[in-house]
Amino acid sequence: MFILKLILRNAFRHKLRTILTIVGVAVAVLAFGLLRTLVDLWYAGVEASSASRLVTRNAISLVFPLPISYKDRIRQVAGVKEVSWGNWFGGIYREEKNFFPNFAIEPKGYLEMYPEYIIPDDQRSAFIHDRRGCVVGRKTAERFGWKTGDTVTLRGTIFPGQWAFVIRGIYRGARKNTDETQLFFHWEYLNETVKKTIPRRADQVGFYLIELKKPEEAAEVSLAVDALFRNSLAETLTETEKAFQLSFVSMTEAIMIAIKIVSYVVIVIIMVVAANTMAMTARERIAEYATLKTLGFGALHIGCVVFGESLVISLAGGVLGVILTFPAAHWIETELSQFFPVFTVAPLTIWLDLAAAVTVGLVAGIFPTWRGSTIRIADGLRRIG
Amino acid sequence: MDTAVTPSPIVSVRNVSKSYRRGSQTVPVLEDISFDIAVGEFLALMGPSGSGKSTLLNLIAGIDQVDSGTITIGGVEITTLAEAELAAWRAAHVGFIFQFYNLMPVLTAFENVELPLLLTGLSRRERREHVEMALSLVNLSDRMDHYPSQLSGGQQQRVAIARAVVTDPDILVADEPTGDLDRVSAGEILSLMDRLVHGFGKTIIMVTHDPKAAEKAHMIRHLEKGILADGGG
Repeated sequence: MFILKLILRNAFRHKLRTILTIVGVAVAVLAFGLLRTLVDLWYAGVEASSASRLVTRNAISLVFPLPISYKDRIRQVAGVKEVSWGNWFGGIYREEKNFFPNFAIEPKGYLEMYPEYIIPDDQRSAFIHDRRGCVVGRKTAERFGWKTGDTVTLRGTIFPGQWAFVIRGIYRGARKNTDETQLFFHWEYLNETVKKTIPRRADQVGFYLIELKKPEEAAEVSLAVDALFRNSLAETLTETEKAFQLSFVSMTEAIMIAIKIVSYVVIVIIMVVAANTMAMTARERIAEYATLKTLGFGALHIGCVVFGESLVISLAGGVLGVILTFPAAHWIETELSQFFPVFTVAPLTIWLDLAAAVTVGLVAGIFPTWRGSTIRIADGLRRIG
Repeated sequence: MDTAVTPSPIVSVRNVSKSYRRGSQTVPVLEDISFDIAVGEFLALMGPSGSGKSTLLNLIAGIDQVDSGTITIGGVEITTLAEAELAAWRAAHVGFIFQFYNLMPVLTAFENVELPLLLTGLSRRERREHVEMALSLVNLSDRMDHYPSQLSGGQQQRVAIARAVVTDPDILVADEPTGDLDRVSAGEILSLMDRLVHGFGKTIIMVTHDPKAAEKAHMIRHLEKGILADGGG
């Protein structure tokens, strides 16, 4: 009890220094938490992918299309339950900063394959039956104030022109990591228009989506599909949705590794700052520690006082950092939703935040604790000031 | 003043030598010191700076180790005790009064005096009784909730004396107890120490530069370059 009292009173003895250290730790923990979350959400698409879905694309590159005629042949492969397809559209709403993902899809099968996109039945039906209809994610609809029945015009980049769609449905995600920023419209609408404007690009799709009867047959089905089109003009590469998503993530893996390293560097920096603060504190209090030892208190008592103070300050910073992480994450999710459609702080990140704060406290306290607890009394008593 | 060796000493210093290392050099501080202090005696150790007074006091108080020789206090040869044993012995048998009071600035007068009692098995109520008694002895009962920064130098030294006596130790060691005080406060502190000797039978060993302070002692020993100038060294 006495030790605790001494720790707490010592911790707030130099209020400005302590507050600045706490704020420093809090900012570091906040940065660490947000960077970790950023890395996590980079992999969110991978995590959200289903084991029962395959993606088939052009074996050369995703930018090369596949003929629409492949769909019937793929459907006949053993183990395939359903086939759908789509194209990355890349349309822009008014300005480039308004970015959100938009795809031309085969509506019925595609939406059935994605039960995580929850659309009311009437809206789903309205979308399927309207060739110029589209569905948008809740976040994008909220961002631009759209509601069902509104007309949205996108400027095509890959497929030039002004493309007008009527919002027939607004979907929400079944899980927290479901992307609620996308827009889907009819591939048929795209294809009919392209037939008129750029005929050579008609009847082609960007990718096929395959739903498996049994997820464990993914490897066999992938091989069978790719075998169908071997030595054709458009050979295919079929992989699980997870592997497909990972291929995107791997393009930016170096950036993610850099972000991870930065998140650790932030903690190391604050560790050095906190260690310096604690070393200064211990040096100022050497005479007090010597006095306590003179009175009969042992090295363990002194160690607890110094270590405790270091831990109290770093944990206070850690808790403050964790508390700040939630409004910061909410702000990012709201204000920067075009870049971060999902910005949910995982419980593991919170535990890592607290572990980082404890580590800072432990490391920062090691040297001052050793110094305080091993000081010779006669030497310590000479240090008055 | 009596300079003779007393028949029943509480402190017995025999052939004590001590040196410090300064870089590659060994600097002798005390050389072959021997003397005794009787129970209830008030001894003043005097001498110029660097003569080894504080070192000798630290050795007697068990906060430094001799190079050679023995120190026996109350029948316990403290020079053979391990560090942990020495800490326990100090807590039970020695009270300390420092020149700069050495109070914990974040603790109140009451809490500072209570410090040594935290190492005993006393209950909270018993500790409170002891602390109140010690603070009343130094006439600071009305300041027990004050922090050191709210007290004058003399009052802080009285709190330090209360802390020194609260465990009822056998000996009190005081290193320049009036060195940081004005004459009036110094007089009060010396009177208080005199009272502890005559009223409570405490044995006090005081290091001082101040001849006025030394006058209060029963016996004055002078140290010169690590040797007792008046014999025994």
